Amino acid sequence: MPTALPARLALGLIVALVLLFLVLPILIVVPMSFSNARFLTFPPPGWSLRWYEAFFGSPAWMQAARVSLGVAFATAIGATLIGTAAAYALTLSGSRLARSLTVILLLPLIVPIVITGIGVFFVFAKTGLLATLPGLVLANVMLATPYVVTSVLAGLRGFDPAQEMVARSLGMNRLRAFLAVTLPQIRPSVVSGALFAFISALDETVVAIFIAGGQNQTLTKRMFTALRDEIDPTIAAISSLLTAASLIVVVLASLGARKARTGP
Amino acid sequence: MIPSSPALRRHERRERMLLLALLGPALAVVTALLVVPLAWLAVQSVTTDGALTLEHYRRFLTEDIYWRSFLLTFRIALTVTVLAVLLGYPVAYAAATLPRRWSVVVLGLVILPFWTSVLVRAYAWMVLLQRRGLVNGLLQGLGLTDQPIALINNEFGTVLATLHILLPFMVLPLYATMQRIPRDLMLAGASLGGSPLHVFLRVFLPLSMPGVVAGTVLVFVLALGFYITPELLGGGRTFMVSMLVSRNVEIYNQWGAASAIAVVLLVCVAVLFWLASRVVPFERIMGAR
Repeated sequence: MPTALPARLALGLIVALVLLFLVLPILIVVPMSFSNARFLTFPPPGWSLRWYEAFFGSPAWMQAARVSLGVAFATAIGATLIGTAAAYALTLSGSRLARSLTVILLLPLIVPIVITGIGVFFVFAKTGLLATLPGLVLANVMLATPYVVTSVLAGLRGFDPAQEMVARSLGMNRLRAFLAVTLPQIRPSVVSGALFAFISALDETVVAIFIAGGQNQTLTKRMFTALRDEIDPTIAAISSLLTAASLIVVVLASLGARKARTGP
Repeated sequence: MIPSSPALRRHERRERMLLLALLGPALAVVTALLVVPLAWLAVQSVTTDGALTLEHYRRFLTEDIYWRSFLLTFRIALTVTVLAVLLGYPVAYAAATLPRRWSVVVLGLVILPFWTSVLVRAYAWMVLLQRRGLVNGLLQGLGLTDQPIALINNEFGTVLATLHILLPFMVLPLYATMQRIPRDLMLAGASLGGSPLHVFLRVFLPLSMPGVVAGTVLVFVLALGFYITPELLGGGRTFMVSMLVSRNVEIYNQWGAASAIAVVLLVCVAVLFWLASRVVPFERIMGAR
């Protein structure tokens, strides 16, 4: 599109500033985590690893990290299984009922998170699941299922169900036909759904504030409490590790997706 | 209709049972942990000790803090949404119109914070905006102010951090819509003598409106329910609705009051989604299409 040069320069400047605004906080946190000072001065007066030592040396933080990672893994597996199954069924049925069921499955994305939090708290208080690992996993599976459903629904849109019919008419049973014909074609959407589920569980804070406790504190709940009371650079170290973990997962997954596309 | 044999009918019934079995686990989890408690909250909001009452809703009229909190929440959500449209539109436009090499970079930088924990970002803003933080240092260094300005523990800090977290939710649906606008239309407009600005205003802008609607409703609704940023960056002065809900449960154990607030908030959210779905299909707002 022919546009005057000054207009394009102005647009470029605005876009650059907004992008700087978006990435600035991440650029700040990482140097902060290597500071040698107790206070949050930027740039740091000197460098050290003391805040990483503070994190890895603290049994309470380590326990919280183990809980968070375990919950995130279990959530990714659970949400991917039930979310993929649901998206597959919704695509096949295509009825009007299916559309309203989709809305129910997407509810966790719409309901304000605090309301979800007190709702889950109520159910868990009645069923004895408060401050338990199964409770944390269940709540996170509920919150993460919509990500898998939307991702796999999008993946299935370009897929022709007749292909699976052919496989079945040639004698494969339904499950084998799905695994051999359908799944390989929608794998990128399943992988990205699983990834979203993992990161959503790792990042989840508000519901955990209501239902996590005792031995089963999550990393984010502990961080939230720490941030409310007193902030020191240990949080920066944990933040940097969390960001690095998310990025590694994303990069690995996108490499995997590329390989799946270009591979045999 | 084709007359169906018993075998065909049996097959159809089996097919339906299978679909139900596949949907079952996901529906069960969402129903048990979300639909049931929401129904329970609705009941709690109109009862006290088992008797019907509107007492919990009457507080909206009698107690200042209720409507003040709603007013503040809507004002913050509106501010954040307007800023998100103004800042997000140029970025989405650049990502949709630049050559692929550059548009990947722009989108990557938009998605990067998306993958970073909300807590991490709230923390970063606390570091940046504190009294002796980078921003205050910069302002003083430039001679714009002699005293550090209060940038956190107030509405400003809350709005800024919330905007930062929600901006990608505006850019991504905008980009998805803009990408589908055929380039030929702009060329046709230009060849018919339209100036670039004219073509943009008459062709591109109207065609990008579904994306604006989707992004706006998403950002506004998410901002209405925000909890972490006002709690950490509001300094107790930005008492948003979600804080009102959590305080009533955590500190006062007032489920009736919390339920009434939750129901009013939910109704607001539902009405907004319903209004938006008349322009853009619901599944598309949620990124499922």
